[in-house]
Amino acid sequence: MSMESHRGVWIFLEQNHGEMAPVSWELAGAGRRIADKLDTELAGVLLGDNVEDLAKQAFAYGFDKVYLVEDGALKDYRNIPYTKAVSMLVEKYKPEIFLLGATTMGRDLAGAVATEVQTGLTADCTELEVEEDTRLLHAVRPTFGGKLMATIICDVLRPQMATVRPRVMAAPEQQEGRTGEIIREALPMKEEDIVVKVLGYIQENVKTANLDEAEIIVAGGKGIGEAKNFKLVEDLAEVLGGTVAASRAAVDAGWIGHEYQVGQTGVTVRPKIYIAIGISGAIQHLVGMQTSEVIIAINKDPEAPIFKTATYGIVGDLQEIVPALTEELRKRLAGESTTEGVEVASN
Amino acid sequence: MHVVVCIKQVPDTTEVRIDPKTNTLVRAGVPSIMNPYDIHAVEEAVRIKEQVGGKVTVITMGPPAAVQVLKEAVSLGADETVLVTDRVFAASDTFATSYVLASTIQKIAGSEPVDLIFAGKQAIDGDTAQTGPGIAQRMNLPLLTYVEKVRSIDVENKKIVVERRLEGSKQIVESTLPALLTVEKEINDVRYATLPNLIKAATHNPKAWDHTVIEADRTKVGLKGSPTRVGRSFVQQLTNEPGEIIEGTPQEAVVSLVDKLFAEGHLVADR
Repeated sequence: MSMESHRGVWIFLEQNHGEMAPVSWELAGAGRRIADKLDTELAGVLLGDNVEDLAKQAFAYGFDKVYLVEDGALKDYRNIPYTKAVSMLVEKYKPEIFLLGATTMGRDLAGAVATEVQTGLTADCTELEVEEDTRLLHAVRPTFGGKLMATIICDVLRPQMATVRPRVMAAPEQQEGRTGEIIREALPMKEEDIVVKVLGYIQENVKTANLDEAEIIVAGGKGIGEAKNFKLVEDLAEVLGGTVAASRAAVDAGWIGHEYQVGQTGVTVRPKIYIAIGISGAIQHLVGMQTSEVIIAINKDPEAPIFKTATYGIVGDLQEIVPALTEELRKRLAGESTTEGVEVASN
Repeated sequence: MHVVVCIKQVPDTTEVRIDPKTNTLVRAGVPSIMNPYDIHAVEEAVRIKEQVGGKVTVITMGPPAAVQVLKEAVSLGADETVLVTDRVFAASDTFATSYVLASTIQKIAGSEPVDLIFAGKQAIDGDTAQTGPGIAQRMNLPLLTYVEKVRSIDVENKKIVVERRLEGSKQIVESTLPALLTVEKEINDVRYATLPNLIKAATHNPKAWDHTVIEADRTKVGLKGSPTRVGRSFVQQLTNEPGEIIEGTPQEAVVSLVDKLFAEGHLVADR
């Protein structure tokens, strides 16, 4: 393969009925950095039905170009037409690096496209680096349940493809007025050739809110002790308008569903406030939440590793501390002063 | 209905430890198990067989010791098993592995048409979720990943309706058969092996096929057939500086913490 013919960093702009997946913008920052380092362009791949407005947003996030395929058959994500269109673009325009979010859609699509265009794909990366002289992408990913990190390279085939886990990178600031080029292509197939039909969606109740978008997360771990004590976690989350989460130990104990799991084998989160209750802080958990703005740890063991990463820690019995914290926050958030007469900070 | 299930023998990653001195993986003494998602794939295939009739064939690529997970599949109700094993397969990445498994399924389909293929959503050692999509693409089959429920199967018209997991919702899709499904654990509860199946599993002898049997091109498997390579491996270090432990009685500590959160602007009162 002549690798010189492949240039440009591409990012799949994942949209769902007109709503952009945050991971696409998160990738814009890393993509821009890599493209600049390689002295090449950053392009987005946007598929859907009536989604051109999102292309304009992409320019504000630092993209130079957007490859746009619009068709009624692309309204809902389906592997067949998406794989067909993206593979066509890759084969025609030959990118050097192609990144997708490691979402259900991104992973479904990436696996099929990499096979179709015959190249290497690295799944669920948490870091991306590029070597200037060799132009090789070093994609870092967790393996063995997050216990080991491995750097994967794809040295002889192009594009170098990777999916990147949501929330491990920060989206760049938008630059108003920045523009770029839209390159339109037609979907190379017809609806009647697509054997998969979407019949509908089941929306889930708000309680299983998307952890990866929550601004305040209150998480419980093994130290919670038993299922009924999870109420303490829920009460605190409620008073803060936050979302409940858990460590793997709490999920494995069956106290809460695995969709609430934060960490290497769960969801990576970066909320404004993360409160870890009875979580000792295994590395697999910490790497899933360490970029939270403020981390508060409550644990009875002063030696617990969670305190090494927490902004604030309270050592003690969570059964005492958590209800006290919930009550104090209830008052203060409502604008009342504390029982001890401490003034509320003005806004 | 002939259902093929792709399974993998994996180290139990919950038992894998890191040697703190060398920062390397300690695999000695770690039990090998059937990938937990694959158990649900086998169970679903067996349930479909019970519902509409047919046969379940389970395949795995791996070393000779992987017969163990094939026997386990028989104890769960599988009828036939194939171990695809060959030294030339060693160090295959997901691209090469999907080639081997697709070639194996083509070989099976040559003597008995395959209507449905199952795999787990991902394996817990690599967590890539790429092999299923790779097989579907190579065989030009509809791909339905992250399936949480098989709603219906229409054998006569060769159609299947499933619910797929997405972020925050589920997608209900209909596909023609044959199709390839990767499954979540939510798809079913695995039943206990029955005594007759346990006895069958004890004496079961999986077929062992090498690359010549599945007519695989040697240059497309193993290290040679794998576009990705593993570079440096390391144990992740934390980037955060340790913060402040707030002292005092529980009540004092709580008030002090809340003060800080308000003073630093992380929280704002409701008025």
